[in-house]
Amino acid sequence: MSTTSLPVKRRTPVRPARILLHVFLAGTALAWLAPLLWAVFSALRPYSETSAKGYVSWPDRLSLDNFTNAFEQSDMLHYFGNTLVIAVPAVLLTLFLSSMVAFYVSRFDFRLNLALLLVFTAGNLLPQQVIITPLYRLYLLTDLPGITASGKLYDSALGLVLIHVAFQSGFCAFVLSNYMRSLPHELTEAALVDGASAWRLYWQITLPLCKPAMAALATLLSIWIYNDFFWALVLISTGENMPITSALNNLSGQYFTDPNLVAAGALLTAIPTLAVYFLLQRQFVSGLTLGSSKG
Amino acid sequence: MTTETTTTTTGTAGTAGTAGTAGTTQTPEAGAAPPPGTTLHRKRSARGHQRLLTRRDRFVLAVMAGVPTILHLALVWVTALASVLLAFTTWDGIGFDSITWVGLDNFRQLFADNPQFWPAVQHNLIWFVVLILVPTPFGLFLAVQLDKRIRFSRVYQTAFFLPVVISMACIGFVWQLIYNPDTGLINSITGANRPGHYIDWIGNPELNLWAVLIAASWRHTGYMMILYLAGLKSVDPSLREASALDGANEWQTFRNVIFPTLRPTNTVVLVVTIIEALRAFDLVFVFNKGAQGTELLSILVTNNIIGESSRIGYGSAIAVVLLVISLAVIIPYLIVTFRKERRA
Repeated sequence: MSTTSLPVKRRTPVRPARILLHVFLAGTALAWLAPLLWAVFSALRPYSETSAKGYVSWPDRLSLDNFTNAFEQSDMLHYFGNTLVIAVPAVLLTLFLSSMVAFYVSRFDFRLNLALLLVFTAGNLLPQQVIITPLYRLYLLTDLPGITASGKLYDSALGLVLIHVAFQSGFCAFVLSNYMRSLPHELTEAALVDGASAWRLYWQITLPLCKPAMAALATLLSIWIYNDFFWALVLISTGENMPITSALNNLSGQYFTDPNLVAAGALLTAIPTLAVYFLLQRQFVSGLTLGSSKG
Repeated sequence: MTTETTTTTTGTAGTAGTAGTAGTTQTPEAGAAPPPGTTLHRKRSARGHQRLLTRRDRFVLAVMAGVPTILHLALVWVTALASVLLAFTTWDGIGFDSITWVGLDNFRQLFADNPQFWPAVQHNLIWFVVLILVPTPFGLFLAVQLDKRIRFSRVYQTAFFLPVVISMACIGFVWQLIYNPDTGLINSITGANRPGHYIDWIGNPELNLWAVLIAASWRHTGYMMILYLAGLKSVDPSLREASALDGANEWQTFRNVIFPTLRPTNTVVLVVTIIEALRAFDLVFVFNKGAQGTELLSILVTNNIIGESSRIGYGSAIAVVLLVISLAVIIPYLIVTFRKERRA
């Protein structure tokens, strides 16, 4: 008991226990991946084969035909394009606007700061359905002739961008204000004494220091906005205008006649988010835990 | 001693935000709780900042905060308020003059006459109970196992976390391949896709909610695992050492030492799970549009908009029920969170 290394030694686990743990974890991980692997397996098989032999059968032929068919038949590229038009401005605007609010709230001591941040944070935690009915009406009533193709906010990419920005900026303002509060005040103070403007304090001093948090949030936001199903389902009426995630719901009824093709289509829509996740895993996870108040 | 108290404060007093930062990103300032005295000093410098602002600066700042605030208020809070007002009216949506005040009529109908309302409330409740009792503890269990610095930890983590990255709609399609009565995996394996043996996982109102909940739990486990992993990373290692010194076994250490320090994470997990249960929508909509057996409050609201009948006042009344339940969770949570932040 006298040596300090003893407790560490004692915590070193016995080998068989470790092996058992690995067996358990590997088994569970495989079970976790099973639904996705099953989808991949189904998507790789032609409909004719599965309808003749059943789904649980040894494959005669595996091919990527379903993927190419789903991609071409349903003009998926077009819907990926729709998503891009919505997600890119939405992510950038959300970060820009919420970082300004966060800067205001965290670097100065105005009277309503806390209340403001509370309003933003609470707004983001509301279920979307709480606001959808009036929002839908508002979008129908807002005439924007010449600005959007539909002439209204309804059924337009602009409408979706606005609601994504409004909704997600609550979360980002909360996270970024926490982050900015942790930056030393002396930094901006010195600049202020030297006569820097408020905008300069924000744009040239504070924002560059927030890069890690911004990167994490950007990753998270792109995945969330890409995955959005609900807003697009309600606020877009023309199938053609839908982003990919909600378009798939339409497509599976309209174009896809067999489950294997639906599987391929569904997997194709998941590829971009999986790619972002694998490339930016670190940012994604840190973003999620940075402000885990998110639902 | 000083370092020890500092780290523990981060673990317990910080919000999930600060605790998470300490564990995952390389910003020592972000995670560490400020040494005593900083708060005062910080206050002073914030005020000092303000004194130095010119009138122009104040204007710029007002615009910087004002534009996002107006957008957020208009689209989120004003519409939430409008939901509350509309809940007391009937409106066909055509022209404002058709709005008529009906008092509590919508609610009366909702509570007494709507055959879908109470089942929906019940299903939302079941959704929460299942998520908090099954995937949440399992996610915690996985996190504890993965926190043991084992090999391939990243691989396992990725496998469990993958469903969280994929959209709920996509998950709905993937699980249909498993549940489909004719072509699905389960019925194909058990032979229940033959006439007479048929099990309709999606259509049977006794089964479909549970089938959807399995898919939802599949996703929720990974989410909870990540939150708990972040929480576990901020547990002071000296606590473990001390309990090992006292001769505690693994379970005793977890129960008496580790779990109590996870309190802030548990709060976040509870709130996240309640909100997820209230928000549940995509999965069910893709599955069977919330038909028999899978009604949810969110589905009832949405059906009033995209369904054939557009009863605005009535739909808003359901939204108000959802709003009241949400606020009952959100407000106490934010009060606790922000009070701590003030103190920190």
